[in-house]
Amino acid sequence: MDSIDAAIVNHLQEGLPVCARPFDAVAVTLGISVDELLSRLQCLLDDKVLTRFGPMFNAESMGGALSLCAMQVPADRYDEVAGQVNAFPEVAHNYEREHLLNMWFVIATERPQQAGIVISQIEQATGCRVYDMPKQQEFYIGLKLAV
Amino acid sequence: MTGKPQATSKAQQDGQSLDAIDRQIIVATQAGLPLVAEPFAALAEQLGLESEEVLQRVADMQARGVIRRIAAVPNHYALGYTVNGMSVWNVSDEHITELGRLIGGLDYVSHCYQRPRHLPLWPYNLFAMVHGRSSDDVVAKLGTIADLLGEHCRGHEVLYSKRILKKTGLRIKA
Repeated sequence: MDSIDAAIVNHLQEGLPVCARPFDAVAVTLGISVDELLSRLQCLLDDKVLTRFGPMFNAESMGGALSLCAMQVPADRYDEVAGQVNAFPEVAHNYEREHLLNMWFVIATERPQQAGIVISQIEQATGCRVYDMPKQQEFYIGLKLAV
Repeated sequence: MTGKPQATSKAQQDGQSLDAIDRQIIVATQAGLPLVAEPFAALAEQLGLESEEVLQRVADMQARGVIRRIAAVPNHYALGYTVNGMSVWNVSDEHITELGRLIGGLDYVSHCYQRPRHLPLWPYNLFAMVHGRSSDDVVAKLGTIADLLGEHCRGHEVLYSKRILKKTGLRIKA
């Protein structure tokens, strides 16, 4: 990754204008052609420096719900339970963390009431209690990682 | 601890106001935007729509907050931010809104939320995801947060991630 790639990563975290040729202004700022910007962007995605480029959707504004859930999973059943939890398409992210509550996952559903149903199903499938921690206030989403 | 009932009902209205074409656009761009000079025209062609209509609908969805922004999502790990700590803080409910805004405004905090406690196991109500290039880096940043919270903080922990078990984008069905 060279300095132009780094500048692309920094600039494109900010958000593009919604217009017919949204890459033009960024290309001018970076002093490269749109074609070069696009091919470098494709490489950054292929190399997994970026996980995604596109609209960032807000589940709640689509009528859906997101909830963070935690479970205390016995060590000897950890991978089995991870498989059971991950099998639910509503589970968007799942992380192993160092704590008594050692599995943390995000449930994304299109309707708020579906989240509770999925949580019950996960409890039934795994035999572990799910601690539901839906957000009550959001203070900020997004960060600017300087490269 | 109000839980913002007004925001919820507005969000539900917005959700109901997405029509079939909006949903087609969402489904077509969930994996990403076409990487061409005129991505909305490419999207329009793919969906059999006029590009003006696609642009207008995307702009409307952004104005309504359905789309936060059109941007790149970095892979923290690939950028050298290899340590992410979910810091959790037990702060007084009376001050949580001002404290949350303060901590959420820090540039190394990616997500900052108030969430419910589950006593006695879980006394923490303020969550802030902190990203750093090393454990020392994250520890230093946590020290800054602790100083900012000061006497309003009754305890905290940081939960480091050991393993990503699953990571997919938001997926909705057509």
